[in-house]
Amino acid sequence: MMEPTLSHYLLVSGALFSIGLLGVIVRRNLLIIYMSLELMLNAANVALVAMSRFNGNLDGQVMVFFIITVAAAEVAVGLALIVALYRKRQTTEVEDLATMKL
Amino acid sequence: MESILFNIFAVLAVLSALLVVVNPFSRNPVTSAMFLVTTMISISGLFVLLNAYFLAAVQILVYAGAVMVLFLFVIMLLDVQETARRKLRVVSLVMGFLSVGALFGVYKSSLEATYEQELDGSSGEGSVIGSTQALGQELFSSVNGFILPFEIVSILLLVAMIGVILLSKKEFR
Repeated sequence: MMEPTLSHYLLVSGALFSIGLLGVIVRRNLLIIYMSLELMLNAANVALVAMSRFNGNLDGQVMVFFIITVAAAEVAVGLALIVALYRKRQTTEVEDLATMKL
Repeated sequence: MESILFNIFAVLAVLSALLVVVNPFSRNPVTSAMFLVTTMISISGLFVLLNAYFLAAVQILVYAGAVMVLFLFVIMLLDVQETARRKLRVVSLVMGFLSVGALFGVYKSSLEATYEQELDGSSGEGSVIGSTQALGQELFSSVNGFILPFEIVSILLLVAMIGVILLSKKEFR
């Protein structure tokens, strides 16, 4: 069998990113949309680590390290926002949060 | 050996990611969160295959540990049962699959056009090992390290912490 190359990893990364984008488009629950966003971030991480490995350069992995830190902060803030929103509106469905719609 | 492991982890990651987003059996957010944990663990397996050992450990600790526990905590705190009853609209499902599938097709064909010539022999040159020591030396080296970004990220974490405390105060206006 063939050893996995850079394009294999990039293909997996692209598939994960597409699935995350599909979740953001199709699903209506705020929490699941948020999980799909995490999925897209992770797809970018896979691409960066694969590039770093096949170019022989550690900078990509340092970048992923920072991305993971920022993603953790983002999850904390986002979930706090969702909880605050739920306290006001008693819903997590995006269809019910159309106040700013004309 | 490496290709078998790669296939297992890649298929597991993509399948469980699909089950996060469009699960035909369950609309429960807890199920989605559990499959997202599976995806994170498979991605960490891919990191091990890419010699990024430190990041694989961090991926499991931060994502499969902290972030997903936070997600499950919020899901169970809000008690979202309503989602189970609502159905996805067929039109939006079909249109979403079509547009994202088209996007993935464009990505795949451009990838094949770019890496066509080096599909067979590009795995040999890379010999970087992303161990904790190597990554730490890269991060903190005084010549071209990442000390300033590291400090800025610490400030970002502080800001996020204060923001979360402010947001979850009882009399939030």
